[in-house]
Amino acid sequence: MNLSSRSERLTGRIFLIALVVVTLLPFLSMLSAALQPRGTVPTGLAWPTDPQWGNFADAFTAANMGALLKSSLLIVAGVVPIGVLIATMAGFGLGHLRVPGGHIAFGLLLLGLTLPFEAVVTPMYYQMRDMGLLNTRWAIILPLIGLYMPFAVFWMRAHFTNVPPELSEAARVDGSNTWQLFWRVHVPLARPAIASLTILLFLWTWNQFLLAIVMVDDATKRTMAGALGAFQGQWGTDLVLLCAGSLLILTPTLIVFLIFQRQFIKALLQGSVKG
Amino acid sequence: MTSALGSAPAGSGIASRPGGGNPGPPVRPHRKRRWGRTARWIGWVWVLPALIMYAVFVLRPLALTVQYSLYRWNGIGSARWVGFENYLTVFTDRDLLKIISNAFVLIVFFSFIPVALGLLVASLVRRITTGPGGTLVRTVLFLPQVIPLVAAGIAWSWVLSSSGLVNQALRAVGLDGLTRSWLGEFNTALPAVGVIGTWVMLGLCTILLVTGMSKIDPSLYEAARMDGAGPIREFFAVTLPSLRQEIGVCLTVTVIAALASFDIVYISTSGGPGIQTTVPGLEIYRLAFSQRQVGLASALGVVLMLLVLVCVLPIQRLTRGEKA
Repeated sequence: MNLSSRSERLTGRIFLIALVVVTLLPFLSMLSAALQPRGTVPTGLAWPTDPQWGNFADAFTAANMGALLKSSLLIVAGVVPIGVLIATMAGFGLGHLRVPGGHIAFGLLLLGLTLPFEAVVTPMYYQMRDMGLLNTRWAIILPLIGLYMPFAVFWMRAHFTNVPPELSEAARVDGSNTWQLFWRVHVPLARPAIASLTILLFLWTWNQFLLAIVMVDDATKRTMAGALGAFQGQWGTDLVLLCAGSLLILTPTLIVFLIFQRQFIKALLQGSVKG
Repeated sequence: MTSALGSAPAGSGIASRPGGGNPGPPVRPHRKRRWGRTARWIGWVWVLPALIMYAVFVLRPLALTVQYSLYRWNGIGSARWVGFENYLTVFTDRDLLKIISNAFVLIVFFSFIPVALGLLVASLVRRITTGPGGTLVRTVLFLPQVIPLVAAGIAWSWVLSSSGLVNQALRAVGLDGLTRSWLGEFNTALPAVGVIGTWVMLGLCTILLVTGMSKIDPSLYEAARMDGAGPIREFFAVTLPSLRQEIGVCLTVTVIAALASFDIVYISTSGGPGIQTTVPGLEIYRLAFSQRQVGLASALGVVLMLLVLVCVLPIQRLTRGEKA
């Protein structure tokens, strides 16, 4: 019996390793293509005899990486702090202050939790056109904040409902008002929830594609994912450069992921469980 | 803003009523309660910024989508009321029905295969080893979740192309006859797009399920073995029921991703060949922004939204039934 379970585990390990290999193969295949000499037709996975690391420099210029990074950072800077702040406030109001009629607001927000972006993108486009914001980063920033609210408020409310009310009463006796209470007592306590939310909103914004291609024509004013789409459109026939550029565009995300991987994995796991 | 200010007096009015009905309440609690009520209404100020952003950028467009769906409009000229004609088109047009059914085919690849494979690995591994090995496995399996779907699309377009890795591997084992341009051929394009989705979702599902697995009480397995249950009985009697919630989470996330897919298809096939891989999300984009059929695009958007709800709500009910 012990023996059979041991061989089972071994099979499991093999499956797991196979999974890891399959996950990595597309990246390796891209890397091998990116290192071939320009103008050749690469094959799936072959280590080049003379790796052309210079392709990455070419792709850096071709993709206009500097401008892309700046644009993505600006969009993230517009979406994430405001999104996290107003979601935390709303979570506090709904979960802790328990405003009268709050369940109606919450119900409305729940409606948006499974809403596909495609279902609202058409009127959103005309709304942005009427506001004169098309082809500006605001046309990505403002809708994204709104679209993230269902999940973000849901997330923060879940945290604040678990905070014991006595905590606020104790602080009120000290004479602090709600605003002070929020900043001095509740925000510091909510730090883990806020950190996870920040990571998720950052990732979703950075990787947002649909809004980027609908709202903004100029690739250098888009998110990273939107810019990558444009890069593929422009260099789709030059496979070597396309692979080099794609890997390059991925690098910032990968670096941030590897640095904060524990927090990322925690946030993604919790995020999918609660969402 | 106005609603919070306007409601505040009403709130305090209600609060004073129970106090008034009670002939001799001690002054202090009465005051405190009244203050508390008003404060609770003022609490709306905390909720409003989020609610306003949500109303302006989600609820309003949503209402407009429903409104547009009842008109024929090219986005520029004047719109003409057509009632439910657009919906009739969605449900009778052969191409549109094919496009909707494509989304359901993708569910097999985005949801069923990752969950089935994830369950298999989970029931065999039980827990991912702690320590550096486990961290490495976790990190790698999460990569597809972290990179943009656009990147996954580009990488796999290359892997599945005629000179790509898949064909190279087939040639290496002598199956030259099977090689093809997987995303370009009529019969293989949709499954090939599906495989990209499987790759994206597999790691997340596996880790969620293995994490759930490690929380199951080992004595349940011992009990099952005592009763003479084999690995298969054990799986259905212990593993599957204990992982109900995790399976529900995986299915919810992946089914939404399949039905609302856009990025992967846009990048890898643009919906082709023909409409072989076109999904509702892509068709909405095309109808609204290149064919200028805003009404029909909106009707398809409403249908897509409802389809997601119809598929996700039963999953939620099945897997969270006990709690609700």
